Amino acid sequence: MRLESLYQEIILDHYRHPHHAGLREPFDAEVRHVNPVCGDEVTLRVTLKDSDAGPVVADISYDALGCSISQASASVLSDLVIGRPVSEGMRLHDEFLALMQSQGEGEPDEDVLGDAVAFAGVSKYPARIKCALLAWMAWKDATAQAMGAHERA
Amino acid sequence: MTFDVARIRKDFPILERTVRDGQPLIYLDSANTSQKPRQVLDALADFYERHNANIHRATHQLGEEATAAYEGARATVAGFIGAAEPAEVVFTKNISEGINLVAYSMSNASAMGSGGRFALGPGDEIVITEMEHHSNIVPWQLLCQRTGATLRWFRVTPEGRLDTSDIDALITERTKLVALAHQSNVLGTINPVRAIADRAHAAGALVLVDAAQSVPHMPVDVAALGADFLGFTGHKMCGPTGIGVLWGRRELLEEMPPFLGGGEMIEDVRMEWSTFAPPPHKFEAGTMPIAEAPTLAAAIGYLGEVGLPALQEYEHGLISHALEALSEIGALRILGPAEPVDRGAAISFTVEGVHPHDMSQVLDEHGIAVRAGHHCAWPLHRAMGVQASTRASFYLYNTHEEVDALAGGIREAQRFFGVRGG
Repeated sequence: MRLESLYQEIILDHYRHPHHAGLREPFDAEVRHVNPVCGDEVTLRVTLKDSDAGPVVADISYDALGCSISQASASVLSDLVIGRPVSEGMRLHDEFLALMQSQGEGEPDEDVLGDAVAFAGVSKYPARIKCALLAWMAWKDATAQAMGAHERA
Repeated sequence: MTFDVARIRKDFPILERTVRDGQPLIYLDSANTSQKPRQVLDALADFYERHNANIHRATHQLGEEATAAYEGARATVAGFIGAAEPAEVVFTKNISEGINLVAYSMSNASAMGSGGRFALGPGDEIVITEMEHHSNIVPWQLLCQRTGATLRWFRVTPEGRLDTSDIDALITERTKLVALAHQSNVLGTINPVRAIADRAHAAGALVLVDAAQSVPHMPVDVAALGADFLGFTGHKMCGPTGIGVLWGRRELLEEMPPFLGGGEMIEDVRMEWSTFAPPPHKFEAGTMPIAEAPTLAAAIGYLGEVGLPALQEYEHGLISHALEALSEIGALRILGPAEPVDRGAAISFTVEGVHPHDMSQVLDEHGIAVRAGHHCAWPLHRAMGVQASTRASFYLYNTHEEVDALAGGIREAQRFFGVRGG
Protein backbone atom coordinates (compact mmCIF):
# COMPACT_ATOMS: atom_id res chain seq x y z
CA MET A 1 0.00 0.00 0.00
CA ARG A 2 1.28 3.44 -0.89
CA LEU A 3 0.69 4.96 2.53
CA GLU A 4 3.24 2.63 4.10
CA SER A 5 5.80 3.52 1.44
CA LEU A 6 5.33 7.21 2.26
CA TYR A 7 5.07 6.85 6.01
CA GLN A 8 7.86 4.37 6.67
CA GLU A 9 8.12 3.15 10.25
CA ILE A 10 11.39 5.08 10.66
CA ILE A 11 9.56 8.32 9.85
CA LEU A 12 6.73 7.58 12.28
CA ASP A 13 9.28 6.70 15.00
CA HIS A 14 11.10 9.99 14.56
CA TYR A 15 7.75 11.83 14.49
CA ARG A 16 6.60 10.28 17.76
CA HIS A 17 9.99 10.54 19.46
CA PRO A 18 11.96 13.36 17.84
CA HIS A 19 15.70 13.50 18.56
CA HIS A 20 17.50 16.68 19.66
CA ALA A 21 14.20 18.59 19.83
CA GLY A 22 13.84 21.81 21.80
CA LEU A 23 15.78 25.06 21.66
CA ARG A 24 19.14 25.12 23.43
CA GLU A 25 21.74 27.72 24.42
CA PRO A 26 24.28 28.80 23.40
CA PHE A 27 23.91 29.11 19.67
CA ASP A 28 25.61 30.99 16.84
CA ALA A 29 22.59 31.56 14.62
CA GLU A 30 18.82 31.11 14.78
CA VAL A 31 16.38 31.12 11.87
CA ARG A 32 12.64 30.67 11.52
CA HIS A 33 11.39 29.10 8.33
CA VAL A 34 7.76 28.60 7.35
CA ASN A 35 6.03 26.70 4.63
CA PRO A 36 3.50 29.26 3.40
CA VAL A 37 1.43 26.55 1.75
CA CYS A 38 0.46 24.75 4.95
CA GLY A 39 1.72 26.94 7.77
CA ASP A 40 4.34 24.49 9.02
CA GLU A 41 7.13 26.27 10.81
CA VAL A 42 10.50 25.51 12.34
CA THR A 43 12.73 27.62 14.52
CA LEU A 44 16.24 26.18 14.31
CA ARG A 45 19.51 27.04 16.03
CA VAL A 46 23.01 26.05 14.99
CA THR A 47 26.14 26.00 17.12
CA LEU A 48 29.51 25.58 15.40
CA LYS A 49 32.96 24.82 16.82
CA ASP A 50 36.35 25.08 15.20
CA SER A 51 38.46 22.05 14.39
CA ASP A 52 41.54 21.26 12.33
CA ALA A 53 39.21 20.16 9.53
CA GLY A 54 37.31 23.46 9.58
CA PRO A 55 34.07 24.31 11.35
CA VAL A 56 32.10 21.43 12.86
CA VAL A 57 28.40 21.35 13.75
CA ALA A 58 28.44 21.19 17.56
CA ASP A 59 24.66 21.31 18.00
CA ILE A 60 21.38 21.72 16.17
CA SER A 61 18.36 22.49 18.30
CA TYR A 62 14.90 23.22 17.01
CA ASP A 63 11.24 23.80 17.70
CA ALA A 64 9.14 22.36 14.88
CA LEU A 65 5.41 22.67 14.34
CA GLY A 66 4.10 20.64 11.48
CA CYS A 67 3.19 17.35 9.93
CA SER A 68 4.85 14.02 10.55
CA ILE A 69 7.10 14.39 7.52
CA SER A 70 8.44 17.81 8.48
CA GLN A 71 8.93 16.89 12.15
CA ALA A 72 10.61 13.58 11.39
CA SER A 73 12.85 15.28 8.86
CA ALA A 74 14.10 17.76 11.49
CA SER A 75 14.85 14.85 13.82
CA VAL A 76 16.73 12.85 11.18
CA LEU A 77 18.66 15.93 10.07
CA SER A 78 19.91 16.62 13.58
CA ASP A 79 20.92 12.97 14.03
CA LEU A 80 22.87 13.00 10.79
CA VAL A 81 24.57 16.34 10.94
CA ILE A 82 25.45 17.00 14.59
CA GLY A 83 29.14 16.28 15.11
CA ARG A 84 30.03 16.47 11.43
CA PRO A 85 32.12 19.10 9.65
CA VAL A 86 29.93 21.75 8.03
CA SER A 87 31.28 20.75 4.61
CA GLU A 88 29.99 17.19 5.10
CA GLY A 89 26.65 18.47 6.34
CA MET A 90 26.30 20.57 3.19
CA ARG A 91 27.05 17.49 1.07
CA LEU A 92 24.33 15.59 2.93
CA HIS A 93 21.97 18.52 2.31
CA ASP A 94 22.71 18.32 -1.41
CA GLU A 95 22.22 14.53 -1.43
CA PHE A 96 18.90 14.84 0.38
CA LEU A 97 17.73 17.64 -1.89
CA ALA A 98 18.57 15.51 -4.95
CA LEU A 99 16.63 12.61 -3.45
CA MET A 100 13.58 14.84 -2.87
CA GLN A 101 13.74 16.06 -6.47
CA SER A 102 14.02 12.53 -7.87
CA GLN A 103 10.25 12.02 -8.42
CA GLY A 104 10.47 8.58 -6.87
CA GLU A 105 13.36 7.46 -9.08
CA GLY A 106 16.16 8.11 -6.61
CA GLU A 107 18.24 5.24 -5.23
CA PRO A 108 19.56 6.65 -2.00
CA ASP A 109 22.73 5.28 -0.39
CA GLU A 110 21.92 4.30 3.18
CA ASP A 111 25.62 4.47 4.11
CA VAL A 112 25.51 8.17 3.26
CA LEU A 113 22.01 9.27 4.21
CA GLY A 114 21.22 6.92 7.09
CA ASP A 115 17.60 7.20 8.28
CA ALA A 116 17.01 9.92 5.68
CA VAL A 117 16.65 7.21 3.01
CA ALA A 118 13.20 6.58 4.51
CA PHE A 119 12.04 9.82 2.89
CA ALA A 120 12.58 8.47 -0.64
CA GLY A 121 8.81 7.85 -0.97
CA VAL A 122 8.07 11.51 -0.24
CA SER A 123 9.61 12.49 -3.58
CA LYS A 124 6.58 10.95 -5.33
CA TYR A 125 4.26 13.46 -3.65
CA PRO A 126 4.99 16.98 -4.94
CA ALA A 127 2.87 18.59 -2.23
CA ARG A 128 4.95 16.97 0.53
CA ILE A 129 8.50 17.62 -0.68
CA LYS A 130 8.57 21.03 0.98
CA CYS A 131 7.61 19.39 4.28
CA ALA A 132 10.65 17.13 4.12
CA LEU A 133 12.97 19.97 3.10
CA LEU A 134 11.81 22.60 5.61
CA ALA A 135 14.33 21.76 8.37
CA TRP A 136 17.16 21.19 5.89
CA MET A 137 16.62 24.61 4.32
CA ALA A 138 16.51 26.16 7.77
CA TRP A 139 19.74 24.39 8.74
CA LYS A 140 21.53 25.55 5.61
CA ASP A 141 20.39 29.12 6.17
CA ALA A 142 21.32 29.12 9.88
CA THR A 143 24.70 27.55 9.15
CA ALA A 144 25.51 30.12 6.49
CA GLN A 145 24.68 32.86 8.99
CA ALA A 146 26.77 31.22 11.70
CA MET A 147 29.73 30.85 9.29
CA GLY A 148 29.41 34.51 8.38
CA ALA A 149 29.43 35.45 12.05
CA HIS A 150 32.51 33.25 12.61
CA GLU A 151 34.37 34.90 9.76
CA ARG A 152 33.58 38.37 11.03
CA ALA A 153 34.64 37.49 14.58
CA MET B 1 -38.45 20.57 -9.28
CA THR B 2 -36.98 18.13 -6.79
CA PHE B 3 -33.27 18.03 -6.21
CA ASP B 4 -31.92 14.89 -7.88
CA VAL B 5 -28.25 14.49 -7.00
CA ALA B 6 -27.84 11.36 -9.11
CA ARG B 7 -28.97 13.28 -12.19
CA ILE B 8 -26.78 16.25 -11.30
CA ARG B 9 -23.72 14.02 -10.91
CA LYS B 10 -24.18 12.83 -14.49
CA ASP B 11 -23.59 16.40 -15.65
CA PHE B 12 -20.05 16.40 -14.22
CA PRO B 13 -17.74 14.26 -16.38
CA ILE B 14 -14.85 14.42 -13.90
CA LEU B 15 -16.90 12.55 -11.29
CA GLU B 16 -16.69 9.48 -13.51
CA ARG B 17 -12.94 9.19 -13.23
CA THR B 18 -11.02 7.27 -10.62
CA VAL B 19 -7.99 8.31 -8.60
CA ARG B 20 -5.17 6.58 -6.70
CA ASP B 21 -5.43 3.16 -8.29
CA GLY B 22 -9.02 2.86 -9.37
CA GLN B 23 -10.91 4.42 -6.49
CA PRO B 24 -13.93 6.61 -7.19
CA LEU B 25 -13.22 10.31 -6.79
CA ILE B 26 -14.82 11.85 -3.70
CA TYR B 27 -14.33 15.54 -4.31
CA LEU B 28 -14.72 17.56 -1.12
CA ASP B 29 -12.67 20.59 -2.13
CA SER B 30 -15.24 22.77 -3.87
CA ALA B 31 -14.57 25.79 -1.65
CA ASN B 32 -11.14 25.71 -3.27
CA THR B 33 -12.47 25.28 -6.78
CA SER B 34 -15.64 23.60 -8.00
CA GLN B 35 -15.96 21.01 -10.74
CA LYS B 36 -17.64 21.95 -14.04
CA PRO B 37 -20.74 20.47 -15.63
CA ARG B 38 -20.87 19.42 -19.28
CA GLN B 39 -23.10 22.43 -20.07
CA VAL B 40 -20.32 24.81 -18.96
CA LEU B 41 -17.57 22.89 -20.76
CA ASP B 42 -19.68 22.95 -23.92
CA ALA B 43 -20.20 26.71 -23.64
CA LEU B 44 -16.45 27.29 -23.55
CA ALA B 45 -15.87 25.05 -26.57
CA ASP B 46 -18.78 26.60 -28.42
CA PHE B 47 -17.38 30.10 -28.03
CA TYR B 48 -13.98 29.12 -29.35
CA GLU B 49 -15.37 26.90 -32.09
CA ARG B 50 -17.97 29.33 -33.42
CA HIS B 51 -17.68 32.91 -32.16
CA ASN B 52 -14.08 33.63 -31.23
CA ALA B 53 -12.96 37.21 -31.88
CA ASN B 54 -11.83 40.19 -29.86
CA ILE B 55 -14.59 42.37 -28.48
CA HIS B 56 -15.68 45.99 -28.82
CA ARG B 57 -13.26 46.71 -31.66
CA ALA B 58 -13.67 44.12 -34.41
CA THR B 59 -15.86 45.35 -37.26
CA HIS B 60 -16.84 41.94 -38.52
CA GLN B 61 -19.53 39.41 -37.76
CA LEU B 62 -17.47 37.31 -35.36
CA GLY B 63 -16.51 40.45 -33.48
CA GLU B 64 -20.18 41.36 -33.15
CA GLU B 65 -21.05 37.88 -31.92
CA ALA B 66 -18.18 37.80 -29.42
CA THR B 67 -19.13 41.25 -28.11
CA ALA B 68 -22.76 40.20 -27.79
CA ALA B 69 -21.73 37.05 -25.88
CA TYR B 70 -19.47 39.04 -23.55
CA GLU B 71 -21.94 41.83 -22.87
CA GLY B 72 -24.78 39.32 -22.64
CA ALA B 73 -22.84 37.60 -19.87
CA ARG B 74 -22.59 40.91 -18.05
CA ALA B 75 -26.37 41.24 -18.17
CA THR B 76 -26.75 37.66 -16.94
CA VAL B 77 -24.48 38.37 -13.97
CA ALA B 78 -26.36 41.59 -13.21
CA GLY B 79 -29.67 39.74 -13.12
CA PHE B 80 -28.17 36.94 -11.02
CA ILE B 81 -27.10 39.23 -8.15
CA GLY B 82 -29.83 41.84 -8.40
CA ALA B 83 -27.65 44.65 -9.81
CA ALA B 84 -29.55 47.75 -10.90
CA GLU B 85 -27.97 47.58 -14.37
CA PRO B 86 -25.31 45.61 -16.28
CA ALA B 87 -22.92 48.61 -16.16
CA GLU B 88 -22.50 47.94 -12.44
CA VAL B 89 -20.80 44.64 -13.22
CA VAL B 90 -17.04 44.78 -13.79
CA PHE B 91 -15.30 41.64 -14.99
CA THR B 92 -12.00 40.91 -13.27
CA LYS B 93 -9.52 38.04 -13.24
CA ASN B 94 -10.83 36.80 -9.88
CA ILE B 95 -12.06 38.27 -6.62
CA SER B 96 -8.55 39.08 -5.44
CA GLU B 97 -8.25 41.42 -8.42
CA GLY B 98 -11.70 42.85 -7.65
CA ILE B 99 -10.70 43.73 -4.09
CA ASN B 100 -7.37 45.12 -5.28
CA LEU B 101 -9.26 47.21 -7.84
CA VAL B 102 -11.13 49.00 -5.06
CA ALA B 103 -8.04 49.29 -2.85
CA TYR B 104 -5.83 50.68 -5.63
CA SER B 105 -8.55 53.00 -6.85
CA MET B 106 -8.69 54.38 -3.32
CA SER B 107 -4.95 54.92 -3.17
CA ASN B 108 -5.04 56.52 -6.61
CA ALA B 109 -7.72 58.88 -5.34
CA SER B 110 -5.52 59.60 -2.33
CA ALA B 111 -2.40 60.23 -4.43
CA MET B 112 -4.23 62.45 -6.92
CA GLY B 113 -5.33 64.66 -4.06
CA SER B 114 -8.82 64.79 -5.51
CA GLY B 115 -10.37 64.37 -2.08
CA GLY B 116 -13.81 62.83 -1.86
CA ARG B 117 -14.97 59.63 -0.25
CA PHE B 118 -12.25 57.48 -1.84
CA ALA B 119 -9.25 59.51 -0.69
CA LEU B 120 -7.55 58.16 2.42
CA GLY B 121 -4.97 59.56 4.78
CA PRO B 122 -3.73 59.39 8.36
CA GLY B 123 -6.68 59.30 10.74
CA ASP B 124 -8.89 57.39 8.30
CA GLU B 125 -9.68 53.77 9.03
CA ILE B 126 -10.45 50.58 7.12
CA VAL B 127 -12.29 47.88 9.08
CA ILE B 128 -12.02 44.18 8.22
CA THR B 129 -12.48 40.97 10.22
CA GLU B 130 -10.20 38.31 11.62
CA MET B 131 -11.95 35.61 9.61
CA GLU B 132 -11.06 37.04 6.20
CA HIS B 133 -9.27 35.21 3.43
CA HIS B 134 -5.82 36.73 2.82
CA SER B 135 -7.27 38.33 -0.33
CA ASN B 136 -9.47 40.52 1.89
CA ILE B 137 -6.65 41.35 4.33
CA VAL B 138 -3.46 41.97 2.38
CA PRO B 139 -4.83 44.54 -0.14
CA TRP B 140 -6.08 46.64 2.81
CA GLN B 141 -2.80 46.32 4.70
CA LEU B 142 -0.99 47.55 1.59
CA LEU B 143 -3.51 50.37 1.09
CA CYS B 144 -3.01 51.51 4.69
CA GLN B 145 0.77 51.41 4.23
CA ARG B 146 0.50 53.55 1.11
CA THR B 147 -1.86 56.12 2.57
CA GLY B 148 -1.12 56.21 6.29
CA ALA B 149 -4.64 55.05 7.12
CA THR B 150 -5.22 52.59 9.97
CA LEU B 151 -6.45 49.01 9.65
CA ARG B 152 -8.83 47.71 12.34
CA TRP B 153 -10.74 44.45 12.61
CA PHE B 154 -13.57 42.53 14.21
CA ARG B 155 -12.43 39.52 16.26
CA VAL B 156 -13.98 36.05 16.12
CA THR B 157 -15.56 34.27 19.06
CA PRO B 158 -14.28 30.85 20.18
CA GLU B 159 -17.39 29.39 18.46
CA GLY B 160 -16.27 30.89 15.18
CA ARG B 161 -18.84 33.67 14.92
CA LEU B 162 -18.01 37.28 14.28
CA ASP B 163 -17.69 39.16 17.58
CA THR B 164 -19.74 42.29 16.96
CA SER B 165 -19.84 43.36 20.61
CA ASP B 166 -17.41 46.22 19.93
CA ILE B 167 -19.02 47.37 16.70
CA ASP B 168 -19.64 50.89 18.01
CA ALA B 169 -15.98 51.31 18.88
CA LEU B 170 -14.82 49.81 15.58
CA ILE B 171 -17.08 51.57 13.11
CA THR B 172 -16.88 55.32 13.67
CA GLU B 173 -16.89 58.51 11.66
CA ARG B 174 -13.20 57.72 10.89
CA THR B 175 -14.19 54.54 9.05
CA LYS B 176 -13.96 54.88 5.27
CA LEU B 177 -14.72 51.31 4.31
CA VAL B 178 -15.77 48.04 5.94
CA ALA B 179 -14.71 44.88 4.07
CA LEU B 180 -15.97 41.49 5.19
CA ALA B 181 -16.74 37.99 4.01
CA HIS B 182 -20.34 36.97 3.49
CA GLN B 183 -19.36 33.40 4.36
CA SER B 184 -16.07 32.26 5.92
CA ASN B 185 -14.08 29.95 3.66
CA VAL B 186 -12.79 28.08 6.72
CA LEU B 187 -15.56 28.09 9.32
CA GLY B 188 -18.56 28.14 7.01
CA THR B 189 -19.95 30.94 9.19
CA ILE B 190 -22.42 33.22 7.42
CA ASN B 191 -21.93 36.75 8.70
CA PRO B 192 -24.68 39.28 9.52
CA VAL B 193 -23.67 41.48 6.60
CA ARG B 194 -26.86 43.55 6.54
CA ALA B 195 -26.62 44.62 10.18
CA ILE B 196 -22.96 45.56 9.82
CA ALA B 197 -23.62 47.37 6.53
CA ASP B 198 -26.40 49.42 8.14
CA ARG B 199 -24.05 50.44 10.94
CA ALA B 200 -21.30 51.28 8.44
CA HIS B 201 -23.63 53.38 6.31
CA ALA B 202 -24.87 55.25 9.37
CA ALA B 203 -21.25 56.18 10.02
CA GLY B 204 -20.76 57.25 6.39
CA ALA B 205 -18.57 54.30 5.44
CA LEU B 206 -18.71 52.10 2.36
CA VAL B 207 -19.16 48.33 2.51
CA LEU B 208 -17.34 45.73 0.42
CA VAL B 209 -18.58 42.13 0.61
CA ASP B 210 -16.38 39.16 -0.27
CA ALA B 211 -19.03 36.80 -1.59
CA ALA B 212 -16.69 34.20 -3.09
CA GLN B 213 -18.06 31.50 -0.77
CA SER B 214 -21.70 32.54 -0.74
CA VAL B 215 -22.65 33.33 -4.33
CA PRO B 216 -22.05 29.71 -5.48
CA HIS B 217 -24.31 28.33 -2.76
CA MET B 218 -27.25 30.63 -2.07
CA PRO B 219 -29.31 33.36 -3.65
CA VAL B 220 -27.44 36.63 -3.14
CA ASP B 221 -28.98 40.03 -3.73
CA VAL B 222 -26.64 43.00 -3.52
CA ALA B 223 -29.39 45.42 -2.53
CA ALA B 224 -30.79 43.17 0.20
CA LEU B 225 -27.30 42.75 1.65
CA GLY B 226 -26.75 46.50 1.74
CA ALA B 227 -23.43 46.21 -0.10
CA ASP B 228 -21.67 49.00 -1.99
CA PHE B 229 -19.22 46.57 -3.58
CA LEU B 230 -19.50 42.81 -3.86
CA GLY B 231 -17.00 40.43 -5.40
CA PHE B 232 -16.92 36.77 -6.35
CA THR B 233 -15.07 34.42 -8.63
CA GLY B 234 -16.26 32.19 -11.46
CA HIS B 235 -14.36 29.02 -10.75
CA LYS B 236 -16.02 28.32 -7.39
CA MET B 237 -19.51 28.34 -8.94
CA CYS B 238 -19.19 25.74 -11.72
CA GLY B 239 -17.64 28.37 -13.98
CA PRO B 240 -14.20 28.76 -15.50
CA THR B 241 -11.01 30.03 -13.90
CA GLY B 242 -9.69 33.40 -15.04
CA ILE B 243 -12.85 35.42 -14.55
CA GLY B 244 -14.34 37.09 -11.52
CA VAL B 245 -16.84 39.82 -10.85
CA LEU B 246 -16.71 43.07 -8.97
CA TRP B 247 -20.12 44.64 -8.62
CA GLY B 248 -20.25 48.24 -7.48
CA ARG B 249 -22.99 50.86 -7.24
CA ARG B 250 -23.00 52.93 -10.42
CA GLU B 251 -22.40 56.31 -8.76
CA LEU B 252 -19.36 54.90 -6.95
CA LEU B 253 -17.85 53.35 -10.06
CA GLU B 254 -18.39 56.70 -11.82
CA GLU B 255 -16.52 58.57 -9.12
CA MET B 256 -13.62 56.17 -8.65
CA PRO B 257 -10.33 56.69 -10.50
CA PRO B 258 -9.17 53.76 -12.66
CA PHE B 259 -7.03 50.91 -11.37
CA LEU B 260 -5.27 49.40 -14.41
CA GLY B 261 -4.57 51.65 -17.36
CA GLY B 262 -4.43 50.41 -20.94
CA GLY B 263 -6.42 49.68 -24.04
CA GLU B 264 -10.23 49.71 -24.02
CA MET B 265 -10.55 51.66 -20.74
CA ILE B 266 -10.05 55.10 -22.30
CA GLU B 267 -12.19 57.79 -23.88
CA ASP B 268 -9.38 59.92 -25.32
CA VAL B 269 -5.61 59.64 -25.10
CA ARG B 270 -3.15 62.47 -25.77
CA MET B 271 0.54 62.36 -25.01
CA GLU B 272 -0.09 64.66 -22.03
CA TRP B 273 -3.24 63.16 -20.56
CA SER B 274 -6.11 60.71 -20.98
CA THR B 275 -9.77 60.63 -20.18
CA PHE B 276 -11.56 57.43 -19.37
CA ALA B 277 -14.48 55.37 -20.55
CA PRO B 278 -17.55 55.22 -18.32
CA PRO B 279 -17.94 52.18 -16.06
CA PRO B 280 -17.66 49.27 -16.38
CA HIS B 281 -15.16 49.69 -19.24
CA LYS B 282 -13.08 52.15 -17.22
CA PHE B 283 -12.02 49.16 -15.12
CA GLU B 284 -11.49 46.65 -17.91
CA ALA B 285 -8.09 47.44 -19.39
CA GLY B 286 -6.62 45.23 -22.08
CA THR B 287 -8.09 42.10 -23.61
CA MET B 288 -10.38 40.56 -21.04
CA PRO B 289 -11.18 36.88 -20.37
CA ILE B 290 -13.59 36.94 -23.30
CA ALA B 291 -14.51 33.27 -23.68
CA GLU B 292 -14.78 32.94 -19.92
CA ALA B 293 -17.60 35.49 -19.71
CA PRO B 294 -20.25 33.52 -21.65
CA THR B 295 -18.92 30.38 -19.94
CA LEU B 296 -19.59 32.00 -16.57
CA ALA B 297 -23.05 32.92 -17.86
CA ALA B 298 -23.57 29.24 -18.71
CA ALA B 299 -22.63 28.33 -15.13
CA ILE B 300 -25.15 30.85 -13.82
CA GLY B 301 -27.73 29.34 -16.17
CA TYR B 302 -26.90 25.88 -14.88
CA LEU B 303 -27.25 26.93 -11.23
CA GLY B 304 -30.50 28.66 -12.15
CA GLU B 305 -31.89 25.46 -13.64
CA VAL B 306 -30.92 23.46 -10.58
CA GLY B 307 -32.36 26.23 -8.44
CA LEU B 308 -30.25 27.91 -5.77
CA PRO B 309 -32.89 27.60 -3.01
CA ALA B 310 -33.11 23.83 -3.65
CA LEU B 311 -29.32 23.60 -3.80
CA GLN B 312 -29.00 25.50 -0.53
CA GLU B 313 -31.51 23.21 1.16
CA TYR B 314 -29.70 20.12 -0.11
CA GLU B 315 -26.32 21.41 1.10
CA HIS B 316 -27.88 22.21 4.46
CA GLY B 317 -28.71 18.52 4.74
CA LEU B 318 -25.14 17.58 3.84
CA ILE B 319 -23.53 19.91 6.37
CA SER B 320 -25.99 18.86 9.09
CA HIS B 321 -25.02 15.25 8.39
CA ALA B 322 -21.30 16.11 8.35
CA LEU B 323 -21.47 18.04 11.64
CA GLU B 324 -23.21 15.08 13.25
CA ALA B 325 -20.89 12.43 11.79
CA LEU B 326 -17.70 14.31 12.66
CA SER B 327 -18.81 15.26 16.16
CA GLU B 328 -19.09 11.54 16.92
CA ILE B 329 -15.37 11.06 16.24
CA GLY B 330 -13.17 11.22 19.33
CA ALA B 331 -10.29 13.71 19.58
CA LEU B 332 -11.75 15.72 16.70
CA ARG B 333 -12.41 19.44 16.99
CA ILE B 334 -14.68 21.19 14.54
CA LEU B 335 -13.65 24.79 13.89
CA GLY B 336 -16.65 27.01 13.57
CA PRO B 337 -20.29 26.71 14.53
CA ALA B 338 -21.28 23.22 15.73
CA GLU B 339 -24.92 23.82 14.74
CA PRO B 340 -26.01 24.09 11.10
CA VAL B 341 -27.42 27.57 11.64
CA ASP B 342 -26.16 30.49 9.54
CA ARG B 343 -23.54 28.09 8.32
CA GLY B 344 -22.54 27.04 4.83
CA ALA B 345 -21.37 23.67 3.60
CA ALA B 346 -17.69 23.77 4.55
CA ILE B 347 -16.33 22.05 7.63
CA SER B 348 -12.80 22.50 8.96
CA PHE B 349 -11.44 20.36 11.73
CA THR B 350 -8.38 19.24 13.60
CA VAL B 351 -7.66 15.78 14.98
CA GLU B 352 -5.37 15.36 17.94
CA GLY B 353 -2.19 13.58 16.96
CA VAL B 354 -2.79 13.71 13.19
CA HIS B 355 -1.51 16.82 11.46
CA PRO B 356 -3.89 18.14 8.75
CA HIS B 357 -1.32 17.42 6.07
CA ASP B 358 -1.11 13.80 7.18
CA MET B 359 -4.91 13.63 7.47
CA SER B 360 -5.39 14.82 3.90
CA GLN B 361 -2.74 12.36 2.71
CA VAL B 362 -4.62 9.41 4.23
CA LEU B 363 -7.94 10.70 2.87
CA ASP B 364 -6.37 11.09 -0.57
CA GLU B 365 -5.26 7.49 -0.36
CA HIS B 366 -8.98 6.67 -0.17
CA GLY B 367 -9.83 8.91 -3.11
CA ILE B 368 -11.14 11.71 -0.89
CA ALA B 369 -9.92 15.15 -1.96
CA VAL B 370 -9.88 17.76 0.83
CA ARG B 371 -7.70 20.75 1.60
CA ALA B 372 -5.15 20.94 4.40
CA GLY B 373 -3.32 23.95 5.76
CA HIS B 374 -4.45 27.43 6.74
CA HIS B 375 -6.68 27.87 3.65
CA CYS B 376 -5.33 31.39 3.04
CA ALA B 377 -6.69 32.44 6.44
CA TRP B 378 -3.65 32.36 8.69
CA PRO B 379 -4.84 35.06 11.13
CA LEU B 380 -8.10 33.15 11.61
CA HIS B 381 -6.24 29.94 12.41
CA ARG B 382 -4.08 31.78 14.93
CA ALA B 383 -7.22 33.28 16.47
CA MET B 384 -8.73 29.80 16.77
CA GLY B 385 -5.53 28.60 18.41
CA VAL B 386 -4.57 26.11 15.72
CA GLN B 387 -1.70 26.03 13.28
CA ALA B 388 -3.61 24.41 10.44
CA SER B 389 -6.76 22.44 9.74
CA THR B 390 -8.31 19.99 7.31
CA ARG B 391 -11.29 21.29 5.35
CA ALA B 392 -14.01 19.33 3.61
CA SER B 393 -16.29 21.50 1.49
CA PHE B 394 -19.44 20.30 -0.20
CA TYR B 395 -21.31 21.28 -3.31
CA LEU B 396 -24.38 20.24 -5.24
CA TYR B 397 -22.81 17.03 -6.58
CA ASN B 398 -21.79 15.59 -3.21
CA THR B 399 -23.77 12.82 -1.55
CA HIS B 400 -24.56 11.63 1.94
CA GLU B 401 -22.52 8.49 1.19
CA GLU B 402 -19.52 10.74 0.62
CA VAL B 403 -20.05 12.35 4.03
CA ASP B 404 -19.93 8.86 5.56
CA ALA B 405 -16.81 8.05 3.54
CA LEU B 406 -15.17 11.18 4.97
CA ALA B 407 -15.95 10.10 8.53
CA GLY B 408 -14.61 6.62 7.75
CA GLY B 409 -11.43 8.07 6.25
CA ILE B 410 -10.81 10.22 9.34
CA ARG B 411 -11.10 7.13 11.56
CA GLU B 412 -8.75 5.29 9.23
CA ALA B 413 -6.19 8.09 9.65
CA GLN B 414 -6.51 7.84 13.42
CA ARG B 415 -5.86 4.10 13.21
CA PHE B 416 -2.90 4.58 10.88
CA PHE B 417 -1.21 7.09 13.16
CA GLY B 418 -2.10 5.11 16.27
CA VAL B 419 -4.30 7.82 17.74
CA ARG B 420 -7.26 6.90 19.89
CA GLY B 421 -10.45 8.14 18.27
CA GLY B 422 -13.95 6.83 18.69
